[in-house]
Amino acid sequence: MIVAEQKPIQEIKTMMAKYQKILVVGCGTCVTVCMAGGEKEVGIIASCLRMALKLEGKEPEIIEGCIQRQCEWEFIDELKEKVEGVEAVLSSACGVGVQALAERVGNKPVYPALNTTFMGMPKEHGLWVENCRGCGNCGLGKFGGICPIARCSKELLNGPCGGSQNGKCEVNKEMDCGWQLIYERLNVLGQLDQIEDIILPEDWSTDRDKGQRRILREDVKI
Amino acid sequence: MAKSFKEILSSGEFVITSEIGPPKGTNVEKMVHHIELLKDKVHGLNVTDNQSSVMRLSSLAACHIIKDNGGEPILQMTCRDRNRMALQSDLISAYVLGIHNVLCLSGDHIYLGDHKGAKQVFDLDSVQLIAAVKGLEQGKDLGGNALDGAVEFCVGATATPEADRMDAQLLKFRKKVKVGAEFFQTQAVYDMEKLKAFMEYAMQFEVKILAGILVLISPGMAKYLNANVAGVTVPQELIDEMTGVEKGKALQKGIEIAARQIKQIKEEKICPGVHIMAIGKEEIVPEILAMAGL
Ligand code: SF4
Ligand code: SF4
Repeated sequence: MIVAEQKPIQEIKTMMAKYQKILVVGCGTCVTVCMAGGEKEVGIIASCLRMALKLEGKEPEIIEGCIQRQCEWEFIDELKEKVEGVEAVLSSACGVGVQALAERVGNKPVYPALNTTFMGMPKEHGLWVENCRGCGNCGLGKFGGICPIARCSKELLNGPCGGSQNGKCEVNKEMDCGWQLIYERLNVLGQLDQIEDIILPEDWSTDRDKGQRRILREDVKI
Repeated sequence: MAKSFKEILSSGEFVITSEIGPPKGTNVEKMVHHIELLKDKVHGLNVTDNQSSVMRLSSLAACHIIKDNGGEPILQMTCRDRNRMALQSDLISAYVLGIHNVLCLSGDHIYLGDHKGAKQVFDLDSVQLIAAVKGLEQGKDLGGNALDGAVEFCVGATATPEADRMDAQLLKFRKKVKVGAEFFQTQAVYDMEKLKAFMEYAMQFEVKILAGILVLISPGMAKYLNANVAGVTVPQELIDEMTGVEKGKALQKGIEIAARQIKQIKEEKICPGVHIMAIGKEEIVPEILAMAGL
């Protein structure tokens, strides 16, 4: 899923301070699961914003809402009336949701309440980790199901650097060295031979490097 | 210097290299002084490439200065700051400037340095960089295009004999050999037994391995290395030796330890050479060499 976290309320307050009527709208999918921007968090963000603005002597009208998915037109359209009645929208969806909303609601300004951070999963309660960078050319088969691009801090493809200590990455003692995990996993699977050959330089043109990426599928087009 | 570094490597002579740290800024006076002190005492002088991710004068420019001063430069190139275009372009540039030795490394992570918010590159890794050099030698760049004039380098790489997980490190080592590394300069080693164990494995390959000697400057440095620098372990005996001396004598002790290690490596034929690092104190290298009988 997409993992995000809430921006500091000060930053949100600065963005929204000039408006008298604001809609705070959450998303019921990824950001609900990662507890950053679902219905519950919308309530919290709205109250914090009210309080923060009140301290500055402002009392705008803040309405709350949440839709199932902010990254699809059909769900966004449910918001039409609510949006019409306000001056600005504060979206607690991921960056995709914020942009989808902005594109759909015409000339109403839409602001992000979250910092969209990565594609990952909850590893334990309260800890989310990034596991995929969306490189567009998945090599997980070769690396025992552990991604060197997302989980090695230097995106090394041919083996570890000399920087790990007690299994942790040189960048941060809390972070596992991705390459040690890959090596160990392939060892257990008896597949170390898969990484013995030289892995050629990555073709980053499937990553972000050819501009905005798009997938066009004739078979599902209507 | 009459012989090139490549020739020295195959001559059977005990190989000595050392390292020059370029300045952070345009004042090259101290660096030139170090170059002059060392150039005739060693077979090659490495220049670090934004070492520890701290922005400095480029390795390429400093290597050029070494060349101008009559030394034999070894260009260190990391994959952290340049993509494959810039790396290859710098390699060709180095070659035309008369720099004919290159050491390929991944490089420290950006976050460990003085530009923490910078975007790091790592378009290639060290294995792929060595392969790129080999390609340029064949007159081809990584895009498959022909060069008008090829390069010819003596290509080196690094190895970590005291790494966290040796089997995974050896995989990387094998790959570096496979793509064409001719020599290795190791990460600092203090434990001669670990160095011997590594060499026992490495000996089966046709490469020259120079043992990394990092001069201890103070007891604090030894402790710092153990706590913060991965792949480097200073044994307790050496820490005791460093702390055992009177105030103000620690550096002298460090010099002594380095000389002793070099002597042992040479006499016991553990490695065919050494790479001496005296970060920021390059002027002590001649004394170490003299004390080691070199
Ligand atoms: S290889 Fe690419 S697509 Fe596969 S997990 Fe890693 S970043 Fe994601
Ligand atoms: S320590 Fe491991 S995860 Fe970190 S950069 Fe090196 S190989 Fe990658």
